[in-house]
Amino acid sequence: MAESKSTAVKSVKNKKHMINGKTAEKLRLYSLCAIPVFLVFLFAYVPMGGIIIAFKDYRFNLGIFGSEWTGLKNFEFFLKSPSFLLITRNTLFLNFLFIFFGTVASVSVGVLLFEMRSTKATKLFQTVMIMPNFISWVIAAYMAYAILNPQYGMLNAVLNSFGIESIDWYSKPEAWPAILTISSIWKTVGINSVIYYAGLMGIDTGLFEAARIDGANKWQQIIHISLPNLLSLIIMLTILSIGNIFRADFGLFYQLTRDVAALYPTTDVIDTYIFRTMRVVGDMGMSAAVGFLQSIVGFVLVVITNLTVKKIKPESALF
Amino acid sequence: MLYSKRQKLSQALLILFFVILCTLIIYPFLLLVGVSLSSEKAIGQYGYQLIPKEWSLASYKYVFENPSAILNAYKVTAIFSVTAMVLSVLLMAMMAFPLTRKEVRARRALSFFLYFTMLFSGGLVPTYILITKYLHLNDTIWVYILPSLISPWYVFMIRTFFQDLPEEIFESVRLDGGTSYTIFFRFVIPLSKPVLATVALLIFLGKWNDWYTALLYIEDESLMSLQYLLQRIMQNLKLLQSLEGSASMVSTEKIPSETVRMAMAVVVAGPALVVFPFFQKYFVKGLTVGSVKG
Repeated sequence: MAESKSTAVKSVKNKKHMINGKTAEKLRLYSLCAIPVFLVFLFAYVPMGGIIIAFKDYRFNLGIFGSEWTGLKNFEFFLKSPSFLLITRNTLFLNFLFIFFGTVASVSVGVLLFEMRSTKATKLFQTVMIMPNFISWVIAAYMAYAILNPQYGMLNAVLNSFGIESIDWYSKPEAWPAILTISSIWKTVGINSVIYYAGLMGIDTGLFEAARIDGANKWQQIIHISLPNLLSLIIMLTILSIGNIFRADFGLFYQLTRDVAALYPTTDVIDTYIFRTMRVVGDMGMSAAVGFLQSIVGFVLVVITNLTVKKIKPESALF
Repeated sequence: MLYSKRQKLSQALLILFFVILCTLIIYPFLLLVGVSLSSEKAIGQYGYQLIPKEWSLASYKYVFENPSAILNAYKVTAIFSVTAMVLSVLLMAMMAFPLTRKEVRARRALSFFLYFTMLFSGGLVPTYILITKYLHLNDTIWVYILPSLISPWYVFMIRTFFQDLPEEIFESVRLDGGTSYTIFFRFVIPLSKPVLATVALLIFLGKWNDWYTALLYIEDESLMSLQYLLQRIMQNLKLLQSLEGSASMVSTEKIPSETVRMAMAVVVAGPALVVFPFFQKYFVKGLTVGSVKG
């Protein structure tokens, strides 16, 4: 009797201890993420509040709250300026080139890598092709300069040997969509082809065997098995990059062009414009307004593309 | 297994194709090295050559005789890269762990709190004003580190890994009287070395290549990152000497400027390229995880 009483008391005590323990555990878990949450709040959410700068005539000495409200003036001014059309067109057009040619190149390289028998050679080639991914745009710009330099550059030397006169590439905007596309592919083709290569590795090998028995050659196997199996991956990645089509890779456009104004007609994109308006022109309000527009349009586009992806293939959606 | 002649031929063609492609891809690297090893005179005469017409180490001699600017940038970059890597991995793991625990009621909300920042941002101007006017982080080494410590993408990558850790371990730690802290620091972190190493390497490389932060926030020449110094040198070679003080003012005409620039690029890019193949396995894993959500 006495024994059972004591166990009952004990169990009650234990329970109490457990409840306290649970609360304490919760607190410990929350405390783990307290600093990270604070950092995200400070560096990601606080600036969102700063969007009000877009509606002000920002003066550095007056600060955010002291500066005068101007309503939609910044937006009006930008949307009416010729820059609006130019940078929107450049951003969309160049990103379209990158997505289209980039996908074609990555899929081709992935498929061809998959056809290689020697795994050693495959690894070696992959290593070389991935390397540019870890080179900064600053160094890439040096490389581009070594090739494109009007006086000493490699490309002009090659042209000269064919009897074509030297071209001053840094004052020839019409050449830059191609130069930028090649540079973008150079940097990304290795890593993106790995994704497609991995996709091909996931295909049931029985399919290829059956095709071989039926007398299909390599080419037919690529057309009828490899590519159709990659299709959903291609569509998914393309849709996701379309979601980001209003965002430009700042380094590519700023470093490679060496920020030469003569090239702006074809190379000035939203991100370089925002940077220049802020740092060179010093028009904070205007720069913030363009940034705000980009964020909003980008946000809507990403949400739409993700809903699309979710419909086609729920497990590939980001959310 | 015996291959038919046809198969052998197609394999040979494939290899040939990739050899050509890879040569094209590394050609710009080789060109940089070639120019840096050429004499300045030969460049004036023949332009940039892959294989120098006249070999010379003058450019490297110049770079290593005036090392203070580049050494300082190396030091600054190494300090912030390592600090950011360590802090970032630790804090992101601390963020990811509670997201996997059922006890944390707000875990969905917290995930969304992180996720939303990937979809929408305040943009450049508000961030710039926050950092310069309110936090005064500009022209300090912290600006390289603090604002980018938590990357939601990596947090989710780490979370995915944590979710697959066996629950039994946690139960047994609990029975032994251990708390969540014990579980996290003594078990979760050691067990998650693969994913944490991948993330650490990616962060380190991103930091090593960082020029953008310096472009925005650094004016103090002694705090320039390596990549930013390199970018500035493209426009102004004198920067190499600027930290030497005016005592050793060499007239810029004597500098083998074309080759020195390229030698600088080789000195900056070299270490990363030499080290990279050893870690490629991790990079590829990290990047494929990052691209196709598992």
